[in-house]
Amino acid sequence: MTVRVSEGKRAERRLGWLLCAPAAIVMVAVTAYPILYSVWLSLQRFDLKFPDEREFVGLSNYITVLSNEYWWTAFGVTMLITVVSVAIELVLGMGLAVVMHRTLVGRGLVRTSALIPYGIVTVVAAFSWRYAWTPGTGYLANLFSDGAPLTERASSLAIIILAEIWKTTPFMALLLLAGLALVPDDLLKAASMDGATAWQRFVKVTLPVMKPAILVALLFRTLDAFRVFDNIYVLTAGANETSSVSMLAYNNLLRGLNLGIGSTMSVLIFISVAIMAFIFVKLFGTAAPGREEGRR
Amino acid sequence: MKLRWGLLDAVVVVFALLPVLWIVSLSFKTTATLTDGNLIPREWTLENYRTIFQTDQFVRALVNSIGIALISTTIAVVLGTMAAYAVARLDFPGKGALVGVSLLIAMFPQVSLVSPLFDIERQLGIFDTWLGLILPYITFSLPLAIYTLSAFFKQIPWDLEKAAKMDGATQAQAFRKVIAPLAAPGVFTSAILVFIFCWNDFLFAISLTSTERSRTVPAALSFFTGASQFEDPTGAISAAAVVITIPIILFVLFFQRRIVAGLTSGAVKG
Repeated sequence: MTVRVSEGKRAERRLGWLLCAPAAIVMVAVTAYPILYSVWLSLQRFDLKFPDEREFVGLSNYITVLSNEYWWTAFGVTMLITVVSVAIELVLGMGLAVVMHRTLVGRGLVRTSALIPYGIVTVVAAFSWRYAWTPGTGYLANLFSDGAPLTERASSLAIIILAEIWKTTPFMALLLLAGLALVPDDLLKAASMDGATAWQRFVKVTLPVMKPAILVALLFRTLDAFRVFDNIYVLTAGANETSSVSMLAYNNLLRGLNLGIGSTMSVLIFISVAIMAFIFVKLFGTAAPGREEGRR
Repeated sequence: MKLRWGLLDAVVVVFALLPVLWIVSLSFKTTATLTDGNLIPREWTLENYRTIFQTDQFVRALVNSIGIALISTTIAVVLGTMAAYAVARLDFPGKGALVGVSLLIAMFPQVSLVSPLFDIERQLGIFDTWLGLILPYITFSLPLAIYTLSAFFKQIPWDLEKAAKMDGATQAQAFRKVIAPLAAPGVFTSAILVFIFCWNDFLFAISLTSTERSRTVPAALSFFTGASQFEDPTGAISAAAVVITIPIILFVLFFQRRIVAGLTSGAVKG
């Protein structure tokens, strides 16, 4: 009997490995190998315009990038977009989640229309915003007396953030909605009997129950916002110092054809994201997604 | 009270739809009225649509987009289903590592891969081919597929599988004959989510392609010029944008409930 059980166990293991192997191999081959390769490239002078001058230069690319003001401007822009858009999305997303949760009138309509920004191609949405804010083709440009908002830095950044918020608030709201559904109605009713106001009920009952859902939503959106590229590419193409780090890395590669510097930026972006993820996971504790014991 | 919620609903709907309606409206405007700022075109025309379907640039990109998204979706969902079944049902060492790796990849900064993949794909000769885009698409949609599917698989009544095995089916047969049909709705949902991801991608599409051979619509849009170099491409871009938005709108209209369930099950309940 024991032999048969362990035999079955072994078969189960083998099947488990067999079923996971293709997915695991593809994921590792397309991410781990290139990122290691990019560390290797980042230690070289490697410009496709001058391939003969390729040589090992140690950390000099890192010094070049980290002492370059364009890099730090782009880094600041990326952080600004990330922090501001995620903060606003959290508030709006919470509002939208409550509307989707509570509303009885036209529930399907609200959910369907909220999903459209999520599903729509980012580039398409970006073009729509670009035309909207361009004097002539737009309906929003005339809100400002001074004309072309996409030609100035502050207003361009505001529009990029607006486009990000429009696109991703629904996703945030859906994640929060799932958390909202976990809040027991009895608890809210009891609190209300004890004389808690709607706001107190929200802060004291709803928010604590939703904490894991909020953290997951924040984690995914923060790391996602840090990668901002499509909207900037279409809206400003990085003009007037509105480049994000992704934009800068892309330009270095495809406009500059400088693989060494491009790879250095890749590695630096990877490290930044890893640090942010690490901080979030520390904050999560056991509620981190993927950790079995943290789940119900 | 009811009125107030209704009002809020209206705000949400307008906020969500206005940009879409604006680009639809631009796509139906004639060149002369393009800049009039009216939401409802004063002169309707199909000229913009005729233009884009006559240019090879757009038609080719549309074929690329559809082909690449469908192939990537199929492969990602097949591999994802296998892995998710193992994660949800089997006990084996390394399961935690697989879940961890997928989570890491879900958070991976895709732009970090642009430089190295550009070089690797050039050396392998798959730069500017369908395969060159399909590979990263599969990779980045696998975590989504694995999370969504394993959440679905955990809800399936597995006693049925036991019953099948009792009747003499092997584990593999039980998977194919009993569980797969039950899991079909979950598989379908994750296929929609993966398709939307591949359909939307811009970063890889623009950095790993260089010609019409494999450029997808989002990338092609940014290179659009009008029929001649001096023509304003606004109308044509809007029309092309509307065309690639149609499948998304259809998905959302018909599968709203499933998309919501899939997105949230993947991220919250794990």
